[in-house]
Amino acid sequence: MAASKVTKKSTDESHDLLKFYRDMLLIRRFEEKAGQLYGMGLIGGFCHLYIGQEAVVVGLEAAARDGDKRITSYRDHGHMLACGMDPNGVMAELTGRSGGYSKGKGGSMHMFSKEKNFYGGHGIVGAQVPLGAGLAFADRYRENNCVTFTYFGDGAANQGQVYETFNMAALWKLPVIFVIENNQYAMGTAQERSTSSPEIYTRGEAFGIKGEAVDGMDVIAVKTAGDKAADYCRAGKGPYILEIKTYRYRGHSMSDPAKYRTREEVQKMRAQRDPIEAVRTLVVSEKHATDEEIKTIDKEIKEIINACAEYAKDSPEVSAEELWTDIYA
Amino acid sequence: MTTEILMPALSPTMEEGKLAKWLVKEGDKVSAGDIIAEIETDKATMEFEAVDEGILAKIIVAEGTEGVLVNSPIATMANEATESTVDVQPIEKNVQTDAPLTRTEFKSQETPLSGMKAEWGTDIQTKTQTVREAIRDAMAEEMRRDETVYLMGEEVAEYQGAYKVSQGLLDEFGSKRVIDTPITEHGFTGIAVGSAFAGLRPIVEFMTFNFSMQAIDQIINSAAKTLYMSGGQMGAPMVFRGPNGAAARVGAQHSQDYAAWYAHIPGLKVVQPYSASDAKGLMKTAIRDDNPVIFLENEILYGKSFEVPLLEDYTVPFGKARVWCEGTDVTIVSFGIGMQYALEASNQLEAEGVSVEVIDLRSLRPIDYETIINSIEKTNRCVTVEEGFPIGSIGNHLSAVIMERAFDYLDAPVINCTGKDVPMPYAANLEKLALTTTAEVISAVKKVIYE
Repeated sequence: MAASKVTKKSTDESHDLLKFYRDMLLIRRFEEKAGQLYGMGLIGGFCHLYIGQEAVVVGLEAAARDGDKRITSYRDHGHMLACGMDPNGVMAELTGRSGGYSKGKGGSMHMFSKEKNFYGGHGIVGAQVPLGAGLAFADRYRENNCVTFTYFGDGAANQGQVYETFNMAALWKLPVIFVIENNQYAMGTAQERSTSSPEIYTRGEAFGIKGEAVDGMDVIAVKTAGDKAADYCRAGKGPYILEIKTYRYRGHSMSDPAKYRTREEVQKMRAQRDPIEAVRTLVVSEKHATDEEIKTIDKEIKEIINACAEYAKDSPEVSAEELWTDIYA
Repeated sequence: MTTEILMPALSPTMEEGKLAKWLVKEGDKVSAGDIIAEIETDKATMEFEAVDEGILAKIIVAEGTEGVLVNSPIATMANEATESTVDVQPIEKNVQTDAPLTRTEFKSQETPLSGMKAEWGTDIQTKTQTVREAIRDAMAEEMRRDETVYLMGEEVAEYQGAYKVSQGLLDEFGSKRVIDTPITEHGFTGIAVGSAFAGLRPIVEFMTFNFSMQAIDQIINSAAKTLYMSGGQMGAPMVFRGPNGAAARVGAQHSQDYAAWYAHIPGLKVVQPYSASDAKGLMKTAIRDDNPVIFLENEILYGKSFEVPLLEDYTVPFGKARVWCEGTDVTIVSFGIGMQYALEASNQLEAEGVSVEVIDLRSLRPIDYETIINSIEKTNRCVTVEEGFPIGSIGNHLSAVIMERAFDYLDAPVINCTGKDVPMPYAANLEKLALTTTAEVISAVKKVIYE
C-alpha cells in the first residue's frame, strides 16, 4: 500500500483539477483579505464578496476561448481574478488608489479590463444583461465566433430589462450565455419570497431559449455545462441560459449581518458542499497531486494575496488632476 | 345639396400635403368607408376615406397637386337624399380643424428668416433641403465612411422611419446595419451601449425622446459614466437621436423637452440643431465623436427647408454657437425650435427699430459661453428662449453664468422665456398657452430694454 502513495497521476485531468483548485483558492483568499481590509477601513463603500460562489466563474472561464467576453454585476472580484486580471490592480481599486484598474475612480463595483475582455463591474441590478447582449451583438456583427458570458443573479432575474433582452437575443440569435448565479438570496430576500417560480432556467422557454440548471458547487459540472452552452452559441444557434445554483457564505455586502438566514444553514453548506474542499478532496483521493504539492499551491496563493494587499496599501493616492480626466474621450 | 370635402389633417403636425391620387371620378357614387383619394404627407402616403355617402360632384383639386393646405376644399359631394330632414354633416367631419392652429404662426416661414449668416464661403454652392433630409444624408454619408456605424430603433428600417428620417437607408445598407427593434427602449438601448463598449458606433433612434425615459438608466449610468469608471479604458461612442419637445396636440406624455435633463450629465454631449445645415454638420460630428451624444431633433422642424452647403464633408463642431444676426441693443439666446420664436421676435423688433443679436447655441454640452458673454458685453441685455420647463432650465443656467461672468456689463436682469410649468395640455388653446410664444419673447425684450 505504501508504494501506491508515490504513484501520482499526471494527466490533463490532473492539470485541470489543480488549476481549478488554484483559481478558486485565489478568489477565496482574495475575498477574505478584502474583508479584512474593509474592516480596517482601507476599503470603503459597498463591497460584495464572492466567497462560496467560486466554482461558477472558475468553471465557466475554463469553457472560454480567446476573444470571448464577460460582464457581470457588482459582485465582480471573482470574475476579474478568474479571467486573469492582476490581483494587485483589483485590490488597489478596492482601496481607491492610483494603481487600481480604474485609477481609483470605479471602486469595487465598477472595474473593467479591455485587455482581458472584462466589461465590468456594473452597479445597477440587471443593467449588465442588455449590455452583455450588446457585446454579443458586436461579435455577431463582426462574425468572429466569440461568445459573451453575461452573469447576473437570481435577484436581477426579476428585472424587466432581462426579458427585453431575452427577446432580442433570441430574435437576433446573439451568441450570449446568460449565466444566472442563483445564490438563493436577492440581497436579503430569500428566493421563495421574491420569485414566483424557482426554476429560473425555464424562463427563456417563452422566447425559445434553452436553459438548464447546474450544480454550482461542482466546478466540473459547471465547466461541462459551460462547454455545451458555448458550443451551442458558437454554432450560431443563439443564446443559452445556465442557471447555476450556488451559495454565498457572506452577507449581501459587508454591511449586511445576514439575519435572514440561520447560522446553521450557512455552516451546513460550508461543511458539506464547499466547492474548493470538494476539489481538494478529489485531487488528493485520486492522487492527482500530493499533499505537499497542494501545500505549495496554498503557500503560493498566500504570497500573492499578501503582496496584493501590500500593493493596494502602498499604491499612491489618486492625484487631484484625475478628478477631471476620462470624462470625455 | 352639396357639401365640400376638405383636405384632411392626417398627422398632428400636418399643415399641407400632396393630393397624390384620386381613386374616384366625378359622378361616382361613394359610400361611407370608401377610399376616395391618396394623400401624401411629409411622413407617409395615407388613404383618405369618405365618411358619408353621396355622388362625387366635382373635383376641385387635381391629383398631383402639391402644397394643398389642410381644410381647403378639394371636392364637392352631392347628397342623393336631398329631401332628407337629417342634417348633413360635412363629409370630412373627422378633420380636426383646429389641429394645426398652434403652429399656424410658422406657416409663413418655410425658409429661414432674414439675417441668416451662412457659415460657409460665398463661393460655396448650396441646395435647399429639409432638416429631415439633412439628418438622413448625414447618417448615410457616415455609414458609407465607417462600417462600424449602424442604426437601430423602432420602425427605422422597413417602415423607413416613423418620421421618415431614415428613408432609403435600409435599401442602401441592408438589415445588418439598419435594424428594426421591438418596442423595448430599455433593452435595445442597453444592447446598443454594450455594442459600443465593444467598439461599434450605434445610432439609436428614439421614436421620440419621451420614450428615452424608459432607457435613461442605460444612457446615463452605462453610456455616460463608463469611460470615467473604467479609468479611460472603454466608453460608448454612439448617438442617441430622435424628435424632442412638443409636436402638436399630442399631450403631456409625448411633448416634453429633455434638453436641460441631458445637458445636466457629465459624460454626455448634447446638441439641438435648428437649421438643416447644422443638423447635417452636427450629426456627422456626433457620429464621429468618441462619446455618447444626445442629438435632439424636433418634429415641427423636420419639414422646414434651409440652405445646406454642397460640400463633400460638411461638419459643424460641438461647443460653437452660431450668430444668426448681429445687433447692438439686446441678445436673444436660443436653440432648436426656440429659434423660431427668437427669429420671429427679432424680425418684428427690427421693424420697430430695435437691434437684436440672435445666438443659436446649437450645442448644449459643451456650451459656447464665450459667444454669449462677448455679445452681452456689447448689448448689455439678454433674453433666453426655450420650450422646456422653467425650473432648472438651460436659461436658468445661462443666467447664472452670465451673472458670474458679465455682471458689470448687465443693464437689466436676464429674462428666461420657457415653456410653462405645467404638463402639456391637449386642448389647442391651452397648448398654445403652455408653450412660449413670439409675443412673450418680444415682451421680454421690451422689458430688458425698458421700453
